[in-house]
Amino acid sequence: MEIKKKKLVELYTTMLKIRLFEERVIDLYARGLIPGLAHLYIGEEAVAAGICGVLRENDYITSTHRGHGHVIAKGAELKPMMAELFGKKTGYCKGKGGSMHIADMEIGILGANGIAGGGIPIAVGAGMSAKWRGTDQVTACFFGDDASNNGTFHEGLNLASLYRLPVIFVCENNQYGISVGQKKQRLIQDIAIRATSYDMPGIIVDGNDVVEVYEASLKAMKRAMAGEGPTLIECKTYRWRGHHEGDPNQGRRYRTTEEIDSWKKEDPIKRMAAKLIADKVLTKKKMDDLKNQVLEEIEQAVIFANESEFPTIEEMYEDVYIYGDRA
Amino acid sequence: MREITYAQAINEALRECMKEDERVVLLGEDIGLYGGIFQVTAGLLDEFGEERVIDTPIAEAGFVGAGVGAALTGMRPVVEVMFIDFTTVCMDMIINQMAKIHYMFGGQGRVPIVLRVNIGAGRGTAAQHSQSFHALFMHIPGLYVVAPSTPYDAKGLMIEAIKNDNPVIFVEHKKLYVEKGPVPEESYIIPFGQADIKRKGSDITIVATHAMVLRSLKAAEEVAKEGIDVEVVDPRTLTPFDKVTILESVKKTGRLLVADEGHKSCGVAAEISAMVAEEGIFDLKAPVVRVCSPDTPIPFSPPLEQAYVPDVKDLLSAIKHLMEYA
Repeated sequence: MEIKKKKLVELYTTMLKIRLFEERVIDLYARGLIPGLAHLYIGEEAVAAGICGVLRENDYITSTHRGHGHVIAKGAELKPMMAELFGKKTGYCKGKGGSMHIADMEIGILGANGIAGGGIPIAVGAGMSAKWRGTDQVTACFFGDDASNNGTFHEGLNLASLYRLPVIFVCENNQYGISVGQKKQRLIQDIAIRATSYDMPGIIVDGNDVVEVYEASLKAMKRAMAGEGPTLIECKTYRWRGHHEGDPNQGRRYRTTEEIDSWKKEDPIKRMAAKLIADKVLTKKKMDDLKNQVLEEIEQAVIFANESEFPTIEEMYEDVYIYGDRA
Repeated sequence: MREITYAQAINEALRECMKEDERVVLLGEDIGLYGGIFQVTAGLLDEFGEERVIDTPIAEAGFVGAGVGAALTGMRPVVEVMFIDFTTVCMDMIINQMAKIHYMFGGQGRVPIVLRVNIGAGRGTAAQHSQSFHALFMHIPGLYVVAPSTPYDAKGLMIEAIKNDNPVIFVEHKKLYVEKGPVPEESYIIPFGQADIKRKGSDITIVATHAMVLRSLKAAEEVAKEGIDVEVVDPRTLTPFDKVTILESVKKTGRLLVADEGHKSCGVAAEISAMVAEEGIFDLKAPVVRVCSPDTPIPFSPPLEQAYVPDVKDLLSAIKHLMEYA
């Protein structure tokens, strides 16, 4: 498949933005500026970038507790995102959601979800809704490997298949359900084979190869838009950090440094950078410029978050219910 | 005015809303061909087709969650879970998703979903098909909880529930489905948060929900013969809750009996009693009495179940006890 140079640069830039944003989060979290939980996506950037690379602004995603990458790839702005992580009122959720609940309804981000597998039925409903409303919107549904052991996965895939819904199920297989490795979760090696039970294609891709993810996503997108139904894409990848930033020794209680290092050699960003240089899509100089631009955008986001106000106590009581004009 | 049943009244509300608004769709178990376990959706499949009346697989987390996703993206789904007991297998979709989305996302997104469930024992269906744990949903901010006791209320509250932009748990009562009452043919709305005084009286306030309203009215007629004048107040919606009407009634009567078919502990009656204790205790001349279901699972054996369900007899003895206080 011939992918336009502009798209290749876009995929690379998205991954870089996710990586640099989260590297900054590591520092801000350690300094106590970001409270609560921060589940980082570092190492898995190719999945979000590749999948969202085919989506249009009005397509939907449902995201997970490890959602920074998904929402950045779908087009979330860094300023309200960082402000949300800080718990500020200028954040995407006015400081009421935090890292695990970034949403932007204007661009189809139906929300990051703190419950493993929680977004799957919601994505199915978005798919049903697109059919009912007669639009060609597609929903990409992100979830982790261990969420595929949850009932919502099986119920959701069955419904999506039954109603031939325009949904792309994206399993980010990062090898661990918190601390529990693959072999302790299930006997089958590949989650993709579960698609067979629901009469949909189950595709396995190298989740650290953004081009491979993108191509699989494009195929699933075309299938969805043609009314042929959902696809399950299993992306084999790895999270470099612990389950969250507070995970002791970045998850070395249940995995070895050797294992982590071996996956770091498969860094999706380095791999894509090497490819772009080899194919003469970008020069080293252009890449450095890109990185500096992204770093500047992140810096501005941190300044914005820092300077923003916390919500007032009264705001705690707002938005529990909707009053006034009806939709 | 013509009389129809509680089930027919809800059916009529669904039909009217589906005719008026294409965004209204129905999802649930056996709601299509079968017409719903209690025939509440009878005839709607024929009228609106299987695009809008969907017989789902037995996958409550899947289809209730799908209702949430559909509501969030512009639809107005009415989802039936066959018995309130079955909501336990999709509680995440109710408590963590539909109730919280609007708040957690800082006021973004609307989830205008109606989740239809039913409560009530007395049909010999034991511990997992007869529960009345609707109080559980009152505990969750973000949900509205509706509790109609008459066909008239059922229709007006259902139309309001569908038009409302918030998620609504619409709690029906199995024993009421066949009860008849006057219902206007035209469309009308009963706003949430407005209690209805079903019987005016001056000696005792009974705040009753669902079938306990009918049972309370019967008990009231009974004691009227002895000169005891009972007022029966039906909150109609548990969230939002009309405190004003209840506190005014208590101020007038000085005696409060709360009747609800849920368990006594941490139930609807417990909440109402606590509210009156906080805000109206100096108007009381007697301790508050609750008539509820016992704190046991629902037993199967007919004599046990009969004893289990709070009935007119229980209300009568509670009324007599309250009248001992001058």
